[in-house]
Amino acid sequence: MSIPVIELDDVTKVYPLPAGDVTALSGISIRIDEGEFVAIMGPSGSGKSTLLNQIGCLDRPTSGDLFLAGKNTREMDDRELTSLRLSSIGYIFQKFNLIPLLSAYENVEYPYIMKHRKNDDTGRVRDLLALVGIDESLSTHKPNELSGGQQQRVAIARALVNDPAILLCDEPTGNLDSQTGTQIMEALSELHKKGRTIVMVTHESEIAAYAERTIVIRDGRVA
Amino acid sequence: MIGNDIILALSVRSVRLHFLRSVLAALGIVIGVVAIASIGMMGANMTLSVTEQLSDMANKLTVTPYTGGGGGMMMGGGGGGRVVISSGSSSDDDDVITEKQFKTIQRIVAKYGTAYTVRSESDRIEVGSDTGRATIYGLDPEIMREILTVEEGEYPKSTTSVAVGPTLAERLNLKIGSKLKIGDPDEGSTTTVRVVGILEERGMSMDLSTDMAIVGSDKLFVGIYGGEGEYDQVNVVVNDINNADVVKTAIEDELNRKEDTVTVQDSSRMMESITSSLSTMTTFVMAIAAISLLVAAVSIFNVMMMSVNERVREIGILRSIGTQRTEILRMFIYEAGILGLVGAIIGAVMSIIIGYIVVVGMVGTAEYFFAAGSISYVPMAMAVGAAICIVTGVYPAWRASNLDPIEALRAE
Ligand SMILES: Nc1ncnc2c1ncn2[C@@H]1O[C@H](COP(=O)(O)OP(=O)(O)OP(=O)(O)O)[C@@H](O)[C@H]1O
Ligand SMILES: [Mg+2]
Repeated sequence: MSIPVIELDDVTKVYPLPAGDVTALSGISIRIDEGEFVAIMGPSGSGKSTLLNQIGCLDRPTSGDLFLAGKNTREMDDRELTSLRLSSIGYIFQKFNLIPLLSAYENVEYPYIMKHRKNDDTGRVRDLLALVGIDESLSTHKPNELSGGQQQRVAIARALVNDPAILLCDEPTGNLDSQTGTQIMEALSELHKKGRTIVMVTHESEIAAYAERTIVIRDGRVA
Repeated sequence: MIGNDIILALSVRSVRLHFLRSVLAALGIVIGVVAIASIGMMGANMTLSVTEQLSDMANKLTVTPYTGGGGGMMMGGGGGGRVVISSGSSSDDDDVITEKQFKTIQRIVAKYGTAYTVRSESDRIEVGSDTGRATIYGLDPEIMREILTVEEGEYPKSTTSVAVGPTLAERLNLKIGSKLKIGDPDEGSTTTVRVVGILEERGMSMDLSTDMAIVGSDKLFVGIYGGEGEYDQVNVVVNDINNADVVKTAIEDELNRKEDTVTVQDSSRMMESITSSLSTMTTFVMAIAAISLLVAAVSIFNVMMMSVNERVREIGILRSIGTQRTEILRMFIYEAGILGLVGAIIGAVMSIIIGYIVVVGMVGTAEYFFAAGSISYVPMAMAVGAAICIVTGVYPAWRASNLDPIEALRAE
């Protein structure tokens, strides 16, 4: 049996608050294989975003282990986790999270430059923007000059620019109307068909339907 | 298109986005740099021009009668703004240098240079209806030719002719041929003399201060004040500057063997005390100017904290897509550095302009403005200004780089 791309082993996340500890995740064990498209569902506050943040190495579990491609992330320092986020993980957020100072093109090019220490001369940025349907004239726009759907397409292109092993999406259609949402989901399905591993958080079952497998979280546990 | 250093590009854009705020912050640095540089240059120019003037007389020694006061007499008021000049020694006390002492000095000096006698007296003078006081020097006419330069007219030869210093001539509107009366009619007789020469400006000096004085032959002087074989001062000119100390010690050893009878003064003490008081003053004023840089630092700090606080979310995004802490740190240090650099460059240009004006205004000459000791204050002030910015930017940058990505992403 091959090594899973993502493996969580008894992961717990506790937020220590003055009013008392909040246990956002308790004892989660999940394995996701290469090429899978997994949807994570659950009611609001159930811990979906917290779970995705652990997988995306934005946060560290309070206890338990997270293995990415067989490597235990607990043994990595901030520097290693950051370069993992740069090269191996593509993150798509509900709020798009583009860099306001950079144009659409530059937003996509940013992780490329960070990784390769040079501008993209391979045409990859341009191709990715074309793939998600952002034409040349739009690519010079700053994020605040783009619609929500356009911003999310740019965000998808940015997430893909370093060809990450894992694509993580936290409610990618949450801020979009249903028609634009459908277009974004079709783009994601396309990527899945090309073999990309995708983990997506959503609370809409129509969106979850694009995935092959759904994991339901309730009160920080796999239901 | 964006350069390879995208972190630098982000810093530049952030500065440009908040242009006004950045300009104001940089302005503080400009002011600080200009203040430090122009004050430093002013001090350096003063010191350089004074040292230059003083080094002309480094080979001169003056021997004056010992007065018990430790030889405090220096510069016979050469730079004073009044016509009234009090000579350091006057012949109405008993302290004089005798002919015998002068011969001794001459004997000692013979090997190293020359010595000559100076008689001087402060007295009332009268030109037309103007009256005032001035120093009257009596010098050997031969010596006079050697040590003084006449700018206009000729050297006084007879017992009725004198040369006058340029400042005195200007004050009292003396021309070649002008008559002036020396002496107080209430106390005795007056002597009328004719101006035959106007001396060249000599500046501050401790051997003779002729700019505001009247110079006549020793015969003229003795004719008025008497004192044959008695002198107020002996000046020594040493051929080789390095022998000044030897001569000084030799004269002191010989004449002050039993008791102190003379004071030998060289210019080094005076030079040291002037340059050290100048540098103390400059340092003090520069320290005050440095306060303006401190104020600038506070404003840079403020702007940097604002920039970090405004961009918390952006920092979260950058971190979440794989930007290292050190790169966030770099981004904000760059931002502070850009403000510092722009401020320092503008400050440097302006301090050359303003410094020039200040130096010309305060020192009177820009002769030394581009000397290394002076102009080096510009890069120095620039470096201090830019360094202060970067140092001030360290804490905000450090804070930015240590933000938790998730917390930062939640910020609105
Ligand atoms: N930084 C934090 N500090 C304290 N508590 C937190 C923090 N982040 C999340 N929580 C808590 O952890 C729990 C899970 O939050 P999480 O954001 O993962 O929920 P979610 O399933 O994504 O909800 P939603 O569907 O509304 O986005 C919640 O109770 C939340 O209040
Ligand atoms: Mg959520």
